[in-house]
Amino acid sequence: MNLHEYQAKELFRRFGVAVPAGQVAATPEEAVAAAKALGGSVWVVKAQVHAGGRGKAGGVKVCKTHAEVAAATKGMLGQHLVTKQTGAEGLPIHQVYVEVGSQIQRELYLSLLLNRDRSRLAFIASADGGMDIEEVAEHTPERILKVELHPAVGLSGYQCRELAFGLGLEGGQVAAFEKVMRGILALYLAHDASLVEVNPLIVTGGGDVLALDAKINIDPNAVYRQSDVAKYRDTTQEDAREVEASKHDLNYVSLDGDIACMVNGAGLAMATMDLIKLHGGNPANFLDVGGGATKERVTAAFQLILSNPNVKAILVNIFGGIVRCDIIAEGIMAAVKTVGVEVPVIVRLEGTNAELARSQLAESGLAITPASDLTDAATKAVRLAAGR
Amino acid sequence: MSILLSKKSRIIVQGFTGKQGTFHSEQCLAYGSQLVGGVTPGRGGQTHLGLPVFNTAHDAVKATGADVSMIYVPAAGAADAILEAADAGIGLIVCITEGIPVNDMIRVKEALKGYNTRLVGPNCPGVITPGEAKVGIMPGFIHKPGKIGIVSRSGTLTYEAVFQTTRLGLGQSTCVGIGGDPVRGMNFVDVLALFEADPKTEGIIMVGEIGGSDEEAGAEFIRKHVTKPVVAYIAGVTAPPGKRMGHAGAVIAGGKGTAADKFAALEAAGVTTVHSPAELGSAMVKLLAARRAKQKRAKAKAKAKSSSKSKATAKAPAKSKVKPKAKPKAAVKVKPKAKPKAKAKVSAKATRRSPVKAKSKKKSVRRAR
Repeated sequence: MNLHEYQAKELFRRFGVAVPAGQVAATPEEAVAAAKALGGSVWVVKAQVHAGGRGKAGGVKVCKTHAEVAAATKGMLGQHLVTKQTGAEGLPIHQVYVEVGSQIQRELYLSLLLNRDRSRLAFIASADGGMDIEEVAEHTPERILKVELHPAVGLSGYQCRELAFGLGLEGGQVAAFEKVMRGILALYLAHDASLVEVNPLIVTGGGDVLALDAKINIDPNAVYRQSDVAKYRDTTQEDAREVEASKHDLNYVSLDGDIACMVNGAGLAMATMDLIKLHGGNPANFLDVGGGATKERVTAAFQLILSNPNVKAILVNIFGGIVRCDIIAEGIMAAVKTVGVEVPVIVRLEGTNAELARSQLAESGLAITPASDLTDAATKAVRLAAGR
Repeated sequence: MSILLSKKSRIIVQGFTGKQGTFHSEQCLAYGSQLVGGVTPGRGGQTHLGLPVFNTAHDAVKATGADVSMIYVPAAGAADAILEAADAGIGLIVCITEGIPVNDMIRVKEALKGYNTRLVGPNCPGVITPGEAKVGIMPGFIHKPGKIGIVSRSGTLTYEAVFQTTRLGLGQSTCVGIGGDPVRGMNFVDVLALFEADPKTEGIIMVGEIGGSDEEAGAEFIRKHVTKPVVAYIAGVTAPPGKRMGHAGAVIAGGKGTAADKFAALEAAGVTTVHSPAELGSAMVKLLAARRAKQKRAKAKAKAKSSSKSKATAKAPAKSKVKPKAKPKAAVKVKPKAKPKAKAKVSAKATRRSPVKAKSKKKSVRRAR
């Protein structure tokens, strides 16, 4: 689950991580009122979307008058911001964040996330802030600094100093940087984050260390015990079909192909997409109906798949383990009848009660193309989607 | 022999009386697993499925002598249940539960270092040694006792590999679902080491997926230490970056963890990869056949050689061909796997592998006690 910048900065303030003064606004009038309340003579208006790369995409505007603040806000609200992280459709802007302008002397990078290879959290820092950190890591890996946290010990003072001095900080900045690190770690643990990223973390002309941007992701497995951040969820920033899927406990990810898949198990669902590609087609989605697939869930899955107008064929791939194939077959038949499927449906069933299920489908009189195995299923789906 | 689990394993179930725990315990009992009891706090003293229920894992181990625990405790309490099992002296903990917060698992993983225990999962289908015992949620009937070790991050893809190897008559020695979470217990490397040391396992099927770099670590381990033929498949070639594909751990983050990288690492390590999961079984059949043919040829060659020499050398036909320290068996085993480019490495590999093999064997014996 992702947070907006303004939400992340709210948490930063709560955990003692210094950020510039700012307020969120949903209309130009609110934005001007925010600028007046904040005072000063330079404001930055920032589009609130769940994506990076906003600056280059026109989602960040520096304003010198209240009129400019109003104009910038008006120009953003209601628009879709397309950045290199959003895809072609972009994300809708419903709010802007108005922040007082900061005098930037240095731009640094700091993040906290899981190092999977070591099963430990790690702080990553770089003196090359404000840039794409992945590019820094690829081209100048020596400019990436890293400290790893022992789960029982947490963050030690020397680790903070190691990064601070490594970044070339001096004087009071070192202590200020340690405060930022400690705040971020406390926040990460208290709210079950899976990523906290500050890019850039700036050193101002006055020598202050401030988080100019803020990105927080929350571990979806822990949302159940994070009720106060769970309310931050903004479903307008998510794919509509993915939101709908989550209501039915389905794992769905939109893709841009035309062959929809419905599969049980995440690994098999990915493998089914890969098989479609391997045989010359393009998958329209990832969809895991899960181990406890019921008739209702299968119907919901079909409705979801068919809400995508690009879909030209549906490939159902089920390996019945605990879930019985005949239950799935009933679900498919019910769904085809109630939803009204007009595209070819290719079904491969294997495992528990597969034979019974196959004969049920064959006798149903519905236009369902049976497939004998994985390869047969994929080739048939690709052929039928192409109208051959 | 097999790895991790046998018909002698004495199994308790944590989260025994819940819906999931009850259903899957029944299935495991029906398969023949030796379930000896269960744990549900507050229901100690009761009987469930004809087995005793205990309040704590300590009580259960004391009363039953259990050495394996299967966990169905819901996500909020599952991390605690793993630690409880470890503290009670359980040697193999299989955690089926999905959805445990990552920060909980980071602490658990660190804490387990202080115990002589192995964790499989969480978010996994479990472990099965066909014909002996099943600890998990996999459908028992698709399995068949045999010679292929299967290790996988995905449940249903494991079933595909099982189904194919059963149909082709190979069967399975043991199947281990290591789970789809980013922080988990046993990894590819740990399971590969056990399969390599297990005399019953003749070939290994490895099923990975996007996210992290455990497949790459597995590839490196295979290159250095595994003499048995390995077939591998990685799911998620078409997965978009930044999206969590069902499993918490299946996400390409920061350009890392792509299927292409993993395939490349495995291929560089001499592993036979397949780009369709439908070919896992057939690829293994081919590899084993090629290996047998080479072994035959090597034997014939050695025989021909020895007949022209004295009787003394005939007793150790393969030995004369490799460095003196290498075991004859290891030398023969390595050869079939070697592709042209790997040929030069053979003797070095054989000598490097032998000590590791001996070491991991010792370890598994210790665990079994």
